[in-house]
Amino acid sequence: MGSRATASQTVGPFYRIGLEKLYVTDLAPPAAQGDRISIHGRVVDGDGKPVNDAVLEIWQANAQGKYAHPDDAQDKPLTPGFKGFGRVPVDENGEFRFTTIKPGRVPGPGETVQAPHLLIAVFMRGLLIHLFTRMYFPDDPANEADPVLKLVPAERRSTLIARKAGAGLEWDVILQGDNETVFFDY
Amino acid sequence: MADLAGYRRPDKGTQPEYLHPPYASTSKRAPTRPLIVLPHTLSEVTGPMFGADDVRAEDGDLTRQHNSDPLGERIIVSGRVLDENDRPVSNTLVEIWQCNAAGRYRHLNDNHNAPLDPNFTGAGRVLTDKEGRYRFVTIRPGAYPWRNHHNAWRPAHIHLSLFGRAFVTRLVTQMYFPGDPLLPHDPIFNSTADEKARNRLIAGFDWDTTAPEHALGYRFDIVLRGREATPMEK
Repeated sequence: MGSRATASQTVGPFYRIGLEKLYVTDLAPPAAQGDRISIHGRVVDGDGKPVNDAVLEIWQANAQGKYAHPDDAQDKPLTPGFKGFGRVPVDENGEFRFTTIKPGRVPGPGETVQAPHLLIAVFMRGLLIHLFTRMYFPDDPANEADPVLKLVPAERRSTLIARKAGAGLEWDVILQGDNETVFFDY
Repeated sequence: MADLAGYRRPDKGTQPEYLHPPYASTSKRAPTRPLIVLPHTLSEVTGPMFGADDVRAEDGDLTRQHNSDPLGERIIVSGRVLDENDRPVSNTLVEIWQCNAAGRYRHLNDNHNAPLDPNFTGAGRVLTDKEGRYRFVTIRPGAYPWRNHHNAWRPAHIHLSLFGRAFVTRLVTQMYFPGDPLLPHDPIFNSTADEKARNRLIAGFDWDTTAPEHALGYRFDIVLRGREATPMEK
């Protein structure tokens, strides 16, 4: 047994210097198969004020529900050029926007199958460890039986499900308060 | 599908809490509702993979990114990335960023009255090798004031960002320098309750890393979460 994991520390206010080279706000190459979606939202602090120094990271499967990772042993096709990773900063108003394709369903614990979802990590000054959450899709019949949504108290589940907004989707990260986003102990 | 082995959860005190009142910015940003314990599914045990296309040779030497040398004390920062099972984490991306020798970041929001250095950007990235080793050449960053409390100064530090093999092994941390008198007073460094875990954020001066006639060397080993041997019980 080795040492325990190195302690996390905040990204601080100046992460852009180190992280912007790998900003990815359009996750899917033009040829990628699947339903193309545009997602936007805001990051809001405990005073209801926009957070203008946050960066989100996204991890997702392709439209077939396959991760571009050697440990995904499913017999499903990969999408050339689709990594499944996004790194999306907020702007001066605390707003973010990215485009991707809707992921397919992936296996969950036991015999379950998960509803389509994005994994989202949230980094900012004032967070000593990044927050971990998920974004699900509105009106997806698979949400009902999703093994992770089931772990969330019913009255808080809506914070994990995006809303339709025009041709796209809207999903906010609310750090504190009545509508606080569900964050996971990961 | 058979359940997958998850990643180990931290021992108490070895990671900071979200709410750490001495660090003022945590008060309006730390979650207030209970976190939901997330099982590690295929989504969590996979994560983005990076490769040679994502780094260039000059990305590992922050003193060679402009026409002239940056001002300050040139240093080498090197170490190994291992997991909690003592296995090297190879081919993983390590990104760093830092202020210059005068304590100023090349960032619009840094208003500290210290000079920018036209020959220093302060960003680097490398992939670890087969043994999990990484190496950067840079300059020693300066201390700088911040407004957390009266006369608050951050100890010299370098920010590091790592991915590992899974989205749950993602780590962003800061490396500090041995003997820095500001360390006992820094709320961010002191946010990790466990003293041993905290002190592992301080690099060691290292003769083997030190290059004769060139630069002092610091050794900073990083440990990412390790995988459980067997799937968690349901």
